[in-house]
Amino acid sequence: MPPEAVTGHWGSEDARKQAAYLGMWVFIATEVLLFAGLFTAYGVYRSVYPEAFRAAQLTMEVGLGTLNTFLLVSSSILVALAVHAVRGARPGLGGALLLAAALLGVVFLAVKGVEYAHHVKEGGLPGDAYRFTEVPRVGASLFFTLYYLLTGFHALHVTVGVSVLTVLGVRSAAGAFGPEYATPVELGGMYWHLVDVIWLFVYPILYLS
Amino acid sequence: MSPPAAESYLSDGRTLWSWLTTHDHKRIGVMFLGLTLFFFLVGGLFALALRIELLTPGRTIMGHLAYNRMFTLHGVTMVWLFMIPAIPSAFGNFLVPLMIGARDVAFPRLNLASVYLYVLGASVTLWGMFEGGADTGWTFYTPYSTTTGTAVLPVLVGVFIIGFSTILTGLNFIATVHTLRAPGLTWMKVPLFVWAIYGTAIIQVLATPVLGMVLLLVALERVVGAGIFDPARGGDPILFQHLFWFYSHPAVYIMVLPSMGVISEAVSAFSRKNAFSYRMIVYSTLGIAFVGFFTWGHHMFASGQSTFGSGAFGAMSMLVAIFTAIKIFSWLGTLYRGSIAIESPLIYTLGFMFFLFFGGMIGVAYATTSLNLHWHDTYSVVAHFHFIMVGATVMAFLAALHYWFPKMFGRCFPAKLANGAAVLIIFGFIATFVPQFLLGNLGMPRRYADYPPHFQSLHVASTAGASLLAFGFVAIAFYLAWSLRHGAVAGDNPWGSEGFEWRSASPPPTHNFHVTPEYPTGPHEYAREEVPHAA
Ligand code: HEM
Ligand SMILES: [Cu+2]
Repeated sequence: MPPEAVTGHWGSEDARKQAAYLGMWVFIATEVLLFAGLFTAYGVYRSVYPEAFRAAQLTMEVGLGTLNTFLLVSSSILVALAVHAVRGARPGLGGALLLAAALLGVVFLAVKGVEYAHHVKEGGLPGDAYRFTEVPRVGASLFFTLYYLLTGFHALHVTVGVSVLTVLGVRSAAGAFGPEYATPVELGGMYWHLVDVIWLFVYPILYLS
Repeated sequence: MSPPAAESYLSDGRTLWSWLTTHDHKRIGVMFLGLTLFFFLVGGLFALALRIELLTPGRTIMGHLAYNRMFTLHGVTMVWLFMIPAIPSAFGNFLVPLMIGARDVAFPRLNLASVYLYVLGASVTLWGMFEGGADTGWTFYTPYSTTTGTAVLPVLVGVFIIGFSTILTGLNFIATVHTLRAPGLTWMKVPLFVWAIYGTAIIQVLATPVLGMVLLLVALERVVGAGIFDPARGGDPILFQHLFWFYSHPAVYIMVLPSMGVISEAVSAFSRKNAFSYRMIVYSTLGIAFVGFFTWGHHMFASGQSTFGSGAFGAMSMLVAIFTAIKIFSWLGTLYRGSIAIESPLIYTLGFMFFLFFGGMIGVAYATTSLNLHWHDTYSVVAHFHFIMVGATVMAFLAALHYWFPKMFGRCFPAKLANGAAVLIIFGFIATFVPQFLLGNLGMPRRYADYPPHFQSLHVASTAGASLLAFGFVAIAFYLAWSLRHGAVAGDNPWGSEGFEWRSASPPPTHNFHVTPEYPTGPHEYAREEVPHAA
């Protein structure tokens, strides 16, 4: 039964695609809610300790944060172009774009690492380990805890995303995807956009305002 | 020549390996059934130990710390390892594809992954138990949970992992119901059990991630002193309660909605009538799923939240009661003038309706701030949620187990014995938990190993009821295990039910149907003409 083997219990590839999309949207909703707990905590403590939060925020390295925003947004654009290329029957180009996007993700992580190193040197550490002298501890240690949780959790997502993009890029370059079968690239792209969008919330609340 | 197709999903590969690597939703359902029953047993043994300790004032069989660990593990096991997965993961997996004419769920491999995540999470939790266990209660209230020296960490991590299993299951059901309904099976023809599972799945995917993050934060608090919930470090323990109940109040509907689905099916099947006001049942399911997210503050009336907040949360809570009442009226409307067959699933159904009604009404009383302050954190609350979660949900679980046992295994069980056990269990529940309402009203706080002597007679009554219950469960375990091999062969549809799942063979073949079924009529359609209501 060859058609059976292709589509499994699905009536058609179309139905399968529909389900995959729906599944991805639901998954994205759960990811957003996972972060929602942290955003809530941030909002609450910011209203409790407005002074400390502002003071701690002023010590963030806005330049590096902005650079990272730029990196992620660019990689998101590359991924969008990759999806377009794969749909337009140019999987080779799509693969290259995906790998480039993954590379930008790696640079993002490196920049994040540099920032973390600075904080560690100055003593801007979470909770008990806090020994930053520029800002008094009360409230500011909570800011740093939330800073590490938000950015750390986000970096974890970037790491996963980089691996996903790399695998997709290699497979796409090998010609595994094309106009009739682009679903994995599309879903991987959705995931990367999610990582990007979450950063677009993390960045202003931690670095700006 | 290809080998002949296996007769049923049970005989399609008999090795352990064929089960461990299966993608068949029915086998996955059966595995979940076995696993959740095992943890029901574990949780039940903890419960009996608690009841025995409370038989006399002072020390009976264990010290205070052991008691605290015991009730924590009892709660954790029962809530996360039994109640939440039992009906959706076991019966939902088995039945939803059959009921909508699909060959499997949307993502079979993800489905198998959710079994393994469950086993992993359960193992981590069990490991925590062997490390001595936590003593925080299943609610993990901070700052106690961040400072106590007991094995809280493995329990938190275990529950976190189980949460992912829940999310995957929910995600799978949503995609399945949306994309795999057989041609012609429109939304308003979907069986009520499927609707209930669908509503549950929405709550599962929306609420569980928040719980996951909260548990992780408590874990971090213990490991690196993150300070989020710790007042000594500038954090706020009340924030924990908000986030925890944002999950855990909807979670009580993860437990009760699937039960309501079971009851809707059983009521129709055993009164041989169309579901009365199908649409109202569907809308109230969605209503409960929605409103359930706005009631969490009724657990925090005594936490110093604003009076306005308490009032608003109380009022929202009462809305849930209205949706529940709609369902109860619909079931009564279905039973009314039906040709009722007194079989064990129906006996459990009647028990369910009694417990849900009684327990729910008391919930409405608790949602009234003034009354709440009298009963908060007393045994009366213990009785309330046991009435609903154990009284009602376990009733529905047993109804489902008996109603679909022939479907799952192709065998019948001794009916008289089953009816007897059902009656025994209902009386066991009443005897166990009614005394607890009285205890709470007299002022006995929850979670205490010791009490003044004048409470003893009520505690003895409760323990006696619990023994009846235990006896009933042992009886059920024996006759069902016996029936697996020796029960009379059931035939495809032993109850003469019109439920869609009975259109395939019992037990069903691996791919459920040999030809895709058609759906000219709606679900639960018995008589062509509706029996006139009200004379
Ligand atoms: C329908 C299924 C229901 C379930 C499964 C359920 C479950 C629970 C559980 C588990 C608790 C105790 C939580 C703890 O450990 O502290 C609880 C407490 C409570 N329930 Fe329910 N409940 C249900 C219905 C209702 C309804 C309909 C209402 C109100 C209209 C309600 C109002 C309350 C209140 C106010 C409390 C807090 C009591 C206190 O601690 O002061 N419940 N419920
Ligand atoms: Cu509640």
